[in-house]
Amino acid sequence: MKLVLERGDFTRTFHERLKELSGQDLFTCYQCGKCSAGCPSAAVMDAPPHAIVRLAWFGQEDDLMKLNSYWLCAACLTCDLRCPKGIDISRIMEALRVMFLRPREEPDMVPPESLPKDMLSRIPQQALVAGMRKYTK
Amino acid sequence: MNRIGVFCCWCGSNIAGVLDLDRVLEETAKIPGVAHTEYYKYFCSQPGQEMVINAIREHELDGVVMAACSPSMHEGTFRKAAQRAGLNEYQLEIVNVREQCSWVHQLEKDAATDKAIKLIAAMVEKTKQNEPLTAGTAPVVQRALVIGAGISGMQAALDIANGGCEVVLVEKEPSIGGHMAQLSETFPTLDCSQCIMTPRMVEVAQHENIRLMTYSNVDEVTGNVGNFHVKVRTKAAFVDRDTCTGCGLCIEKCPAKTSSEFSRGLENRKAIYVNSPQAVPNQPVIDAEHCMYLLNGKCGVCKKVCEIGAIDYEQEDRFEEIDVGAIVVATGYDLYDQKEFPEFGGGEIPDVIDGLQFERLNSASGPTLGEIRRPSDGKIPKQIVFIQCCGSRDPENGVPYCSRICCMYTGKQAMLYKHKVHDGQAYVFYMDIRAGGKGYEEFIQRGIEETNTIYFRGRVSRLYRQNGKVMVSGVDTLSGQTIEIPADMVVLATAIVPSEGAAQVAETLNVATSESGFFAEAHVKLRPVETQRRGIFLAGCAQAPKDIPDAVSQAGCAASKALALLASRQLKSEAQVAIVDEERCAACGMCVAACPYGARTLDEERNVAEVDESLCEGCGACVATCLNKACELKNLTSRQISTMVGEL
Ligand SMILES: Cc1cc2nc3c(=O)[nH]c(=O)nc-3n(C[C@H](O)[C@H](O)[C@H](O)COP(=O)(O)OP(=O)(O)OC[C@H]3O[C@@H](n4cnc5c(N)ncnc54)[C@H](O)[C@@H]3O)c2cc1C
Ligand code: SF4
Ligand code: SF4
Ligand code: SF4
Ligand code: SF4
Repeated sequence: MKLVLERGDFTRTFHERLKELSGQDLFTCYQCGKCSAGCPSAAVMDAPPHAIVRLAWFGQEDDLMKLNSYWLCAACLTCDLRCPKGIDISRIMEALRVMFLRPREEPDMVPPESLPKDMLSRIPQQALVAGMRKYTK
Repeated sequence: MNRIGVFCCWCGSNIAGVLDLDRVLEETAKIPGVAHTEYYKYFCSQPGQEMVINAIREHELDGVVMAACSPSMHEGTFRKAAQRAGLNEYQLEIVNVREQCSWVHQLEKDAATDKAIKLIAAMVEKTKQNEPLTAGTAPVVQRALVIGAGISGMQAALDIANGGCEVVLVEKEPSIGGHMAQLSETFPTLDCSQCIMTPRMVEVAQHENIRLMTYSNVDEVTGNVGNFHVKVRTKAAFVDRDTCTGCGLCIEKCPAKTSSEFSRGLENRKAIYVNSPQAVPNQPVIDAEHCMYLLNGKCGVCKKVCEIGAIDYEQEDRFEEIDVGAIVVATGYDLYDQKEFPEFGGGEIPDVIDGLQFERLNSASGPTLGEIRRPSDGKIPKQIVFIQCCGSRDPENGVPYCSRICCMYTGKQAMLYKHKVHDGQAYVFYMDIRAGGKGYEEFIQRGIEETNTIYFRGRVSRLYRQNGKVMVSGVDTLSGQTIEIPADMVVLATAIVPSEGAAQVAETLNVATSESGFFAEAHVKLRPVETQRRGIFLAGCAQAPKDIPDAVSQAGCAASKALALLASRQLKSEAQVAIVDEERCAACGMCVAACPYGARTLDEERNVAEVDESLCEGCGACVATCLNKACELKNLTSRQISTMVGEL
């Protein structure tokens, strides 16, 4: 593994997008690992939460997009609670999910009208909204 | 007609880069009474000062206005220059056009220049009305007060006492030594803390120039540099500690028990107690909150067994007033409370202890007589986990700063553990290893190599009890793995925080604390042991977390500053003092109450208020308070202020 960094690699646009989507400032991170230490999914993630933050620092968008970490995130928010710098890592995870989904040509979103009426009434509203929110550009 | 000179300093580009100094000179030259204007790159430099001196002589100036940096930087420099030119130093005033104009209005150059011109004009008007003043002198009391008798306070007291001055050493605990007395062995040499410390404690107790006041607090401080009036309260010990021989019979027989503060709750002590067998002084005190006799009149065993009759249940707090010339604050530190870490059990898991508790466990005079046994069941822990930065470097949940000594003592403790538990395994979770002192890096490396301590780079998220173990959920960021350890005992390197009551001491002394609550130094780099208040110095952990070598060095430094002050014997007092217009004064006494320096008194016979010029600091509190406009400050009279305001 080797990372060659040229000035442009710290892609401003990537950082800015991530910041816009997550509301978090990556650069305050200590890399202390407290987020990973308490993450129930870290053991099965390709890269634990603190490493996700680190890859994001380096602007490694393409590499990040190949990882399973943010799909395994349970959104339990333990990391947010523990982080000594007040970073909400769970929001970074969510931002990465959004970044992954948005560029897809054919969004595999579930159009509400495609769902049977009786199922529609049973699905929690939260879930419906979450299903569509990721596609809003 | 006045002859005022206006000197505008460029301060390199600090001032000249923003203000249009040509315009400033042009405008100020038009002010009636201004006889000379000039600018220069650095007036504080030697040639700069010479220019001011020459101009005063050549243009026969009777007042000088320096438009420059803050008076706290160079008022002294320029006033001395004025004096050398034969002008009374109080005829020179400073307008701070750097901090108040160029620095704060960098983008509005024109407006900043306008503001500077107005401020200078106002100061010129004030200077015209200035009178030449002479500062009086006041004798310096040849005695120092040291607050706190940890290693820092003891060192400062010894250095001052050896310099030939008297010292009053006030310690709130029944005995001296502070936290160092609780330590087992000390990094980086692993010498026994008690062994290196006891001789110091004895020296302090026996020094002819040191008056030791234990179990005492400083309640009140008035007066000023060179002559502080200190009120010390010695708490009722219910033991006549002067006649007590320290035989300890009473302690043996006392039936009332409570948790020992010195052992940090790892064992009990009696209601009548000394902190440790090596305590200095070793006369006990009775803790009124746990003494059965003092609580409900039943018991009285100690009194019965004391052969010399030293027990005195009627004893009350004693007060004493002492004058001192200088004060050293050495109130040390405390540890961040374990209760603040809910994720680590909030102090409820018995086998999760803090660093000082570990020191007690490892200490030959401690609750386990130096064997490493865990609190819950007394077993020897075979897997021990140390967690660094607990509460430190955690702006969100703890304190933002690094506590500076815990990397080192954790390395030490892991090493000492292995010295005693040969088949045990120690683990350390760390964020960074900060081992910047002399021999420190080598010490940490030695520990890792000799004892195979495993260091994980990462924090721990949670501790919980399971099957008699303390489960540790952490991470090693270097390998990217989460780590789970079923530990027998966990030691938290909790943050170093200001000692309990530090804020109270700061208030009593009227000195500032930093954001962190530690006492604030006057200048981080150049005046690290002085406070903003003259004559009050700082030593040891009271100022910031530090280890013993640093604490001792700083204490020596504070002592030398205190000695230098005491050696001057006479101090120049403030010249710009308050005056009373006796015609207007109604002797209402409001100024007496307002004066923070105790400089005001009422002359009952003549029915007027008076000012003790040697105490007055020229703060102006009395002027603001007086309803009869009977108070004025010299060279800052209400007339001067209104003319100045008129110019703005
Ligand atoms: C677990 C642990 C292990 C350590 N190990 C080492 C080591 O191996 N080597 C090393 O160099 N350093 C070590 N240290 C650091 C060491 O303890 C400190 O450097 C040293 O004790 C600082 O001394 P001090 O006098 O400044 O403060 P303290 O020891 O805290 O002394 C302050 C004194 O002031 C008194 N006091 C407080 N407030 C008042 C008041 N209002 N009025 C009167 N008296 C007051 C206190 O009772 C106390 O006696 C360790 C620290 C910890 C926590
Ligand atoms: S807990 Fe916070 S500071 Fe520590 S590595 Fe995770 S995101 Fe960074
Ligand atoms: S929110 Fe996601 S990343 Fe954070 S601790 Fe929970 S599972 Fe892990
Ligand atoms: S000294 Fe070490 S353990 Fe202590 S706060 Fe600083 S980095 Fe953390
Ligand atoms: S100016 Fe007034 S209040 Fe202030 S120190 Fe002097 S006498 Fe006291």
